[in-house]
Amino acid sequence: MKIVIALVLLVLGSLAFHWWSPWWFTPLASNWGTIDTTIDITLYITGFVFVAVNLFLALAVFRYRHSANRRADYEPENASLEKWLTGITTVGIVAMLAPGLAVWADFVKVPEDADIVEVFGEQWQWSYRYPGADGQLGEVDARFMSVDNPLGMSPNDPAGADDILIRGEDLRLPLDRSVKVLLRSRDVLHNFAVPQFRVKMDMVPGTVSYVWFTPTRTGRFDVMCMELCGIAHYAMRGNVIVEEQEDFERWLAEQRTWAEIQGDARGDPVAGKAQYTVCAACHGGSGQGNQDMHAPQLAGMPAWYLQRQLEHYQQGVRGAHEADTFGQQMAPMAAILGSREAVRDVSAWLSSLPPTQPAGTVSGDPGRGKAHYNSCGACHGNRAQGNEALQAPGLAGLQDWYIRQQLENFRKGIRGGHSDDRYGQQMVLMARSLQNEQSINDLLSYLNTL
Amino acid sequence: MQHTAIADQIEEDLHDPHSFVTRYIWSQDHKVIAIQYSITAVFVGLVALVLSGLMRLQLGFPDTFDFIDPSAYLQFVTMHGMIMVIYLLTALLLGGFGNYLIPLMVGARDMVFPYLNMLSFWTYLLSVIVLLASFFVPGGPTGAGWTLYPPQAILQGTPGYDWGIILMLASLAIFIVAFTMGGLNYVTTVLQARTHGLTLMRMPLTIWGIFTATVLGLLAFPALLVSAIMMMLDKVIGTSFFMPALVSLGESLDYTGGSPILFQHLFWFFGHPEVYIVALPAFGMVSDVIATHARKNIFGYRMMVWAIVAIGGLSFVVWAHHMYVSGMHPAFGFFFATTTLIIAVPTALKVYNWVLTLWRGNIHLTVPMLFAIGFIFTFTHGGLTGLFLGNVTIDLPLSDTYFVVAHFHMVMGVSPIMVLFAAIYHWFPLVSGKQLHVGLGKAHFWFTFLGTYAIYLPMHYLGFLGVPRRYFAMGGTDFIPESAQALNASITLAALIVGLSQLIFIYNVIRTLRKGEPAGHNPWGATSLEWQTPDVPPRHGNWGPELPVVHRWAYDFSVPGAERDFIPQNEPEGKGAEG
Repeated sequence: MKIVIALVLLVLGSLAFHWWSPWWFTPLASNWGTIDTTIDITLYITGFVFVAVNLFLALAVFRYRHSANRRADYEPENASLEKWLTGITTVGIVAMLAPGLAVWADFVKVPEDADIVEVFGEQWQWSYRYPGADGQLGEVDARFMSVDNPLGMSPNDPAGADDILIRGEDLRLPLDRSVKVLLRSRDVLHNFAVPQFRVKMDMVPGTVSYVWFTPTRTGRFDVMCMELCGIAHYAMRGNVIVEEQEDFERWLAEQRTWAEIQGDARGDPVAGKAQYTVCAACHGGSGQGNQDMHAPQLAGMPAWYLQRQLEHYQQGVRGAHEADTFGQQMAPMAAILGSREAVRDVSAWLSSLPPTQPAGTVSGDPGRGKAHYNSCGACHGNRAQGNEALQAPGLAGLQDWYIRQQLENFRKGIRGGHSDDRYGQQMVLMARSLQNEQSINDLLSYLNTL
Repeated sequence: MQHTAIADQIEEDLHDPHSFVTRYIWSQDHKVIAIQYSITAVFVGLVALVLSGLMRLQLGFPDTFDFIDPSAYLQFVTMHGMIMVIYLLTALLLGGFGNYLIPLMVGARDMVFPYLNMLSFWTYLLSVIVLLASFFVPGGPTGAGWTLYPPQAILQGTPGYDWGIILMLASLAIFIVAFTMGGLNYVTTVLQARTHGLTLMRMPLTIWGIFTATVLGLLAFPALLVSAIMMMLDKVIGTSFFMPALVSLGESLDYTGGSPILFQHLFWFFGHPEVYIVALPAFGMVSDVIATHARKNIFGYRMMVWAIVAIGGLSFVVWAHHMYVSGMHPAFGFFFATTTLIIAVPTALKVYNWVLTLWRGNIHLTVPMLFAIGFIFTFTHGGLTGLFLGNVTIDLPLSDTYFVVAHFHMVMGVSPIMVLFAAIYHWFPLVSGKQLHVGLGKAHFWFTFLGTYAIYLPMHYLGFLGVPRRYFAMGGTDFIPESAQALNASITLAALIVGLSQLIFIYNVIRTLRKGEPAGHNPWGATSLEWQTPDVPPRHGNWGPELPVVHRWAYDFSVPGAERDFIPQNEPEGKGAEG
């Protein structure tokens, strides 16, 4: 008897959970309302079958439970009943499949006037490419991929020169314009998914896949990687901003083309040396840092990393959090540098300085720390030497007290909490896998051995 | 050469075991091999159960457990999935139940190739040892997900990309060798060693399910074998079967021209039939449990047989429904969505027929019957959610979310496990001669049935929200409400309770083996041959001097006019029927 009650309660409970729980699809922001309709149709049909079959099951168990003075019927087959059931099931299946295939036909066929955008995935970040003035994306090939040419733009195709490359920033799309998103990957499988748009597709190295949609609502939405792509899969995130056509065009016009990016001058260390004087008060004359001032060593750090951090300080992406005491000191100092060129030059100067090996200040178990470092090493390198391709700075040779401070800031979201701090956001997620003081000490004492 | 059915051949020496070693270790008796298979599978399954508990701890209570980092999490996920699907379910259903039941239910003395059968088990054990060894190699086991998709499975940036994946591929290859040796045996035994009178259409559905599943396995596993070998070559000697030109973590590798999607086609050409390799034996066994404990013939036997065969055949033309969003040409979606939804028709008929078997039955709510009823409920639920994912359009938002995880656990985890428990409680009296404790069995049922639903019903709704699977931590997003974490925590609590409640079962088994009540001969009043052996448990050779002769199908329950409410298959016409 208990089983009969349980079955009935489970059916009613499932319906109640479905209707009264707050968990359902996030509101739609694209043209794919038809997908939601197909889901509704399927939900009603399957819901009806679920209720009918299980209540009938409960009824059968209730009515025909064991009784010593009754025998079961002997009925091997009932051809007409079986035919009816087959027929009704087939009708139900067709009722679900037909709308599904009709919507799929829309999905397969991209509107002819759709804009083209390319989304490029790599472990564990997103880049984007717009075709530029000529409306054509330039040729790409894995052979040409390098630190300076992450997307593998072909030097032989003039169509690529005006392509607009967006890296480490958000994807932007105009409202109400159909867009065909071409999907590429540089290393492993990824998947471009925006839950509000409903559609998703894998990105496969060696081939180009696609997905299309029309954004119908302005706003900022999460881009998630939804195909397992390694240790930091869960930290491979981005944003797509849907905005009015004119805002989008204004933004696009400000972006730099491939030709412009290639023409970037390298930083000038000599000019940077002069700019550095103001920094030296805290960071020391040769960039060696000063623990009393909470100023880390900067000598020998990679120029691209210093440049990004200085720009983040200038833009309020780093050092703007109210709990970031030292960051707040740094932000106005970075502002003094002013121009893009000054930032580039001072970064070039610092990276040319020889670093000094700092003295360790923590005591921990390097063996356990090595185990913790396993996940870190995927980006920061097996010897913590850093990896520019992944925009991950070297950690070996940094002062342990500084790394501790930053890990704690990341864990609390004091650093990396800003929505434009793409790599900082990843570090927030990664740093949270270190749960306590001891783990951090172990990790730092391992880094001190490198 | 003229063909002679095995039942007509002069009996050969049965290699009667003479020592402890030949009786229990290097045994060629299908019943001992079945138990060896079962114990190994359950042991490795418990390892996978613990892994799922660890994984749930991280998801339910993120930022709490220091020893679970992103690498370890992915390793738990991967090993849990692979162990459960291959090394537990496939091995236990076919190596365990298939081995035990086939010769007994078809009235044979043993498998046709007993020596090969023994080799099959020892090879399987080797594959398990190689698999478990990967926990102890540098870098640990692979964390590529149970689907092992290249390129990431063999590239830096994925846990266990070195020794872990090599051992995994080697273990799979060894497993497939073991399965092939066992599988050829099962198929040949069913086709060649049936006793007199046991026509194909008189076979119990258990045998139909196991037989068809084995045929599927023999056709599907080779696809996995070649893909494992090809990936091994890509990894070890640098071929490019699945590897295009790529740049891994900033470094250009020497691969060129391979196709990652080719691997997915091969994998799922195996992987989808694998679902039915697990499901069909479960369908068969649960049919027999329901008929026996409802004291009624299975409703629509012929339809049930043809449904098993149809599902088995169709299962080879639906594989790419796992790949709707893989980047293959989207036009494939039309074909695979259609075939996938067609397969729902025979599957639905099976569900109807189970329920219609109960209708006008005389239902004994024994522990096996409770698990069987639980199975009908969970399988209905899991089957219906499959109609969402199989319908290509709906797969777009739901693919790679927790909806998929919830769906396949309902249909391929919970449902077969409900049947496995039904089958264990049902056949335990035959295997051991003792009856498992009923009160403990019922407690085990309630925790398992209600607990698993508490895990997986809410999990579908995480999927509707869009929560991606295989994420170590969710962090902050704009589309997942804070309350989803409460859902995750409750799922974890339910999972831990279900996990711990399996101790009731283990205790019940140990207690029963030590001091359980003797079950007696055919305690459930079953009709099929395995219950009609002269000895309980059956001795080596199963049948005493004479093989049984079959006179009827396996479902003569409550025949009008008969004295008892069941007539065993080997009872001659005219003896029981007129009563």
